[in-house]
Amino acid sequence: MRFCTANKAHASGLRLNEYANMNNLLRSRFVANYGMFFVLLLLCAYFSIMTVAEQNPVSARAGQGVANYIVENHPNANVLIVVPEGVNDHLYAEAVRETLEAGSPNVVGFVVGEAKDAATELNRLGEAGIEVRFIVTQYNAANNWFVLGEKQLADKAAKYPSLRQAQVAKPPSYRWPTFLMPAHLLTVANQTALVAIVAIGMTLVIITAGIDLSVASLIAFAGVVVSVLINFYLEFTFYSVAYCLVCASLTAVLASAITGVFTGAIVTRFDLPAFIVTLGVMQIGRGLAWKVAGGSEPVRVESEAFHHLSAGADLVGIPNPVVIMAVLYIAAHILMSHTTLGRYLYAVGGNPEAARLSGVPVKSVIVFAYAICGALAGLGGVLDASMFSNGRSTGAMGYELQVIAAVVVGGTSLAGGQGKMLGTLIGALILGVIADGMRLTNVAIDTQMIVFGSLIIIAVLIDKLKSRRWRGSNQ
Amino acid sequence: MRGIEKSFPGVRALKGIDLDLNSGEALALLGENGAGKSTLIKILGGAHPPDAGAIEIDGEAVSIVNPTDAQKAGIGVIYQEFNLVPALTVRENMFLGQEGGVFSLTHARQERRQTREVLERIGVPIDTERLCRELTVGQQQAVEIAKALLLDARIIVMDEPSAALTLKEVDGLFNVVRELKAQRVGIIYISHRLDEIFEIADRVMVMRDGEHVGTEPIGDLTRNRLIEMMVGRKLDDEFPKKAAEIGEERLVVRGLNRSRVVRDVSFSVRRGEVLGLTGLVGAGRTETARLIFGADERDSGTIELDGKPLDIRHPRQAIAAGICLLTEDRKAEGLVLGQSVRENFGLPNLKSFSERGFISDRRESQAFAKHVESLQIKIADQEQITGTLSGGNQQKVVLAKWLERDAEVIIFDEPTRGIDVGAKFEIYLLMNQLVAAGKAIVMISSELPEVLGMSDRILVMHEGRVTGEVTDVASVTQEQIMQLAVGLASTV
Repeated sequence: MRFCTANKAHASGLRLNEYANMNNLLRSRFVANYGMFFVLLLLCAYFSIMTVAEQNPVSARAGQGVANYIVENHPNANVLIVVPEGVNDHLYAEAVRETLEAGSPNVVGFVVGEAKDAATELNRLGEAGIEVRFIVTQYNAANNWFVLGEKQLADKAAKYPSLRQAQVAKPPSYRWPTFLMPAHLLTVANQTALVAIVAIGMTLVIITAGIDLSVASLIAFAGVVVSVLINFYLEFTFYSVAYCLVCASLTAVLASAITGVFTGAIVTRFDLPAFIVTLGVMQIGRGLAWKVAGGSEPVRVESEAFHHLSAGADLVGIPNPVVIMAVLYIAAHILMSHTTLGRYLYAVGGNPEAARLSGVPVKSVIVFAYAICGALAGLGGVLDASMFSNGRSTGAMGYELQVIAAVVVGGTSLAGGQGKMLGTLIGALILGVIADGMRLTNVAIDTQMIVFGSLIIIAVLIDKLKSRRWRGSNQ
Repeated sequence: MRGIEKSFPGVRALKGIDLDLNSGEALALLGENGAGKSTLIKILGGAHPPDAGAIEIDGEAVSIVNPTDAQKAGIGVIYQEFNLVPALTVRENMFLGQEGGVFSLTHARQERRQTREVLERIGVPIDTERLCRELTVGQQQAVEIAKALLLDARIIVMDEPSAALTLKEVDGLFNVVRELKAQRVGIIYISHRLDEIFEIADRVMVMRDGEHVGTEPIGDLTRNRLIEMMVGRKLDDEFPKKAAEIGEERLVVRGLNRSRVVRDVSFSVRRGEVLGLTGLVGAGRTETARLIFGADERDSGTIELDGKPLDIRHPRQAIAAGICLLTEDRKAEGLVLGQSVRENFGLPNLKSFSERGFISDRRESQAFAKHVESLQIKIADQEQITGTLSGGNQQKVVLAKWLERDAEVIIFDEPTRGIDVGAKFEIYLLMNQLVAAGKAIVMISSELPEVLGMSDRILVMHEGRVTGEVTDVASVTQEQIMQLAVGLASTV
């Protein structure tokens, strides 16, 4: 990022009037490049306000909170833990047990299951005469399980003296925006990751003044290829599973990259419009996916390890696709802002003839952009197949438009030569946040479509106004 | 036309021009490139509104602010680029734009009859149902003329009508012009070719630097007198030429060919020499430079630098060998207008600022800062968008980017076009410095005073060939150069 214009405005700001300051700010490159970031923040703030609600946490941290309360106030209490089945419930219950066991209270029972399992355990404890001071559970169970209701507990207490003091304990609830729950934010990021990753390649292509309509079918193609290959490799038991997965994934990404090279070569060699060439490649890719999959049926992959690639969260609980997305964006940002190749990409898009006459290998640069775009679409396909544990020749329909929308909303000019990688990330997040926020606030699907369409038009309009800045003063 | 004035940002294109045209006469409009001829006829055709001045036709004042006004006033302008739709027939093109309402029906039979009539009127029978893309250039031109006549044009303006025609087609054009004259249509005829003017024009009007030099009947003029009127002013001290010591041959070009544009061009440039390369537009000067630089593919020819043969197929190779080209059209070919000045400066020099592909912004901006200071480039900061600079400053950015390459041979294509006098002077001083440092310069220019003022030696091109070489620059006149450029003389 460069702040020179803004700095200049600041340095001489004392003598300028308010209007000039404001004008400078609006015209500064910072606002031009990152104004969309503020739009994203505004959207987040809006949806946060709209989704404030009673929150009933079920998490490891909530479990620790409840357990600590008991450890501190009732150090000698006997505790029964009952929770329904579920990933978060399990984490919650384990946290309660661990924290209690680290202190002095006794865990006399641990139930993961349904209401009747809890009733059975209570009866067992009552018959055995084991005293129970607290029944630790979570919000849903406490409110909905009959056995944990006041009347039932009173009946139990009347029947078994050891249960006389039994009391239901659950984490306190609080008011907080559903949108801003950490788990929810990660979900939004995760849902955005696929589009955002493919949008990196699309940004490169659009910066060279091209377009790639084939990404969606390449996602499907790569998804099918990786699925078929994994199934094929896994039949040979003498390869390790990890080796199979890596080989299959790399092959799928490479195949998509080669398709990108093909696209780029056709576009540059014959000087054809990228729109038409990639429209053709889009069809070809779909056809190939269909061929490899042997039809429209999904190709199932029975490999937990492969599913883990997309579904896991190996880095401090952040979903793997989000981590991959972040790493790729950092790499792409460095490529675009600090390398010769990045500079060439902008120059080729801005003025191919001037670039060529300055010694830029214009055609190779364009082919590179399409190759990366293909490769990232391939990676998107691998992640998609991993998420669903299958590759579908009919998958990712219409994704190319979402990806292009993300790039355009992110401020990249369709005329080429202008655009920022981080802008595309913000564009993808804006689309993701709006989609998610509208779902949370129960906006109808038809209204959602209208909002998205309007958003794209507004983004292009902003691009037009921005470019008028220098073109206008040039006439 | 009386007192026509027109300014574009930074240029006063027309300074009070008067033009009179009688019916049934052909008035030739002459002048060097940039004299303002095109601007004048664009005003007449309604493409640009004038800043001041009045237009009268048959004693009646008319206001022309757009092409429709011009049509209504009976003025038809045939530009160098035709306005025909290639995929429509002759008839459809003739009636394009006058079909009436969008939903009204077209009357093919009536249209065909009228088309045939008007084509016969100018003596060019063409099948009215042929597609325009199947016609020869000469026929397309005839259709354009017929289209103007169909709109009852009483004045027809032709901008370099013969430039794209074969000799035979030019004859046909002349017949059309004579036919029109006989029908009392007034014709304004712009051409660089003096022969044609003596053959077809009744009077000649000469313009220079946006001013009216004079209008005389053709019978009172000689070729030399016409060239004098076109070239005009005497040389003065605008050119701070300092001759450097001229050494051995550096760039040697032999037998350069590209289809019909560059034909068998051979020359050499020596250490410390400024070689002026001049000629009219379309003479093949820029094309020659592009061949040397590898911007276009050459059909044949060899290029040597310091005795070593070079195989240049791409600008990259020329740049690597130490040849650079400052293009004629800065905006289209020299600069990426949407990028910052620093990025433009860095484009051919990134290798020297980067390690393993990673650019050191610090080294780049330090290198640029040096040039900004020495060339006195006026920029707010290095991140300023290039498109917002004035022409002179843009040209300096181009200079900076090539100076940083430290090239051995520098080809300047119209280095001072469209920039102000001060910046021009600085560029001349820079050329002196470069030749003093032992570089070789090829300077392509249409400005004869500049060519005479700054060159050590001059080559003149005409229709793709080198038609003359001037070694004793001090004793040659602009008229003599002009004669070489229009193909009248072969030696001086």
